Amino acid sequence: MLPEPAHPQGHGHAHHPALAHHFDNLAQQGEASTLGMWVFLVTEVLFFGGLFLVYLVYRSKYPEAFIAGSHELDVLLGGINTAVLITSSLTMALAVHAAQTGHRRTLIWLLIATMVLGAAFLGIKSVEYYHKFEEHHIPGPGFVFEKEYFANVQLFFSLYFLMTGLHALHMIIGLGIMTWMLVWSWRGIVTAEYYSPIEISGLYWHFVDIVWIFLFPLLYLLGRHG
Amino acid sequence: MSEHIVPTRVYYTIFAILMLCTGITVGVAFIDLGPLNTIAALGIAVFKAVLVVLFFMHVKYSTRLTWAVVVGSVFWLGIMLALTMGDYLTRGWRTYG
Repeated sequence: MLPEPAHPQGHGHAHHPALAHHFDNLAQQGEASTLGMWVFLVTEVLFFGGLFLVYLVYRSKYPEAFIAGSHELDVLLGGINTAVLITSSLTMALAVHAAQTGHRRTLIWLLIATMVLGAAFLGIKSVEYYHKFEEHHIPGPGFVFEKEYFANVQLFFSLYFLMTGLHALHMIIGLGIMTWMLVWSWRGIVTAEYYSPIEISGLYWHFVDIVWIFLFPLLYLLGRHG
Repeated sequence: MSEHIVPTRVYYTIFAILMLCTGITVGVAFIDLGPLNTIAALGIAVFKAVLVVLFFMHVKYSTRLTWAVVVGSVFWLGIMLALTMGDYLTRGWRTYG
């Protein structure tokens, strides 16, 4: 799990155990990690971007059906979830700060807070999914809706489940990463010198928050007026 | 990664702005502004995303190479959205004769 030590035992000069031999120092290694994480996030931007594109195409084709579908979503629960996720981004940012300044105890508590908020988000989301199931708003043979929009509103709900489902999957992976970081922080592998794992885990967490920042208005707030 | 340690005060300020913007975006959605509703919703979302990227994700304090990668992702997303929508939205403009 821990990167290979820079040099075998008894090499003669001391290095930080986390420093890989092809880097000059931990700062350079950290910069490379951040860049690598960002390159991964570019692929994620285009991955979610494809779904946003499909949403835009069908929304411009069937605006009334999309508004009708959007009205069925719960703005209150969606809004609470937005606040929960933004708060989790704050605790994550503060966790990076605690790691940088070497406050191990604070770091551990902030990681736990981030995970609790992430789990709360998923809990609220599953309540919303359950309501949709009860209302027969799952696209497919059992789908029930006003006759006027019946065919096209299924496109809206398909995109709703696909986009929020993929986002929820990212949240679940994020909780896995946070568990990993919690163990590393607990064991004292993360230090003020070697905080890069917390930093790049934070980049992932904030990215997932940004996806929701766009999903919330596009899915829940569409055509609320009138 | 930069050696720069962002003061926690910055994080709390950004958090407050993000929460305020969430409230505004919900409030504006219930007022009928015509096509401006979508523009307002997306404008606020972009503003929130930029704040998260610059401050929570430390891009403001990152190397120029990181900047290039971040701007590149938005640029390529823009190409994908603009060219595809440029096709779909102009299909009705066909002229006859």
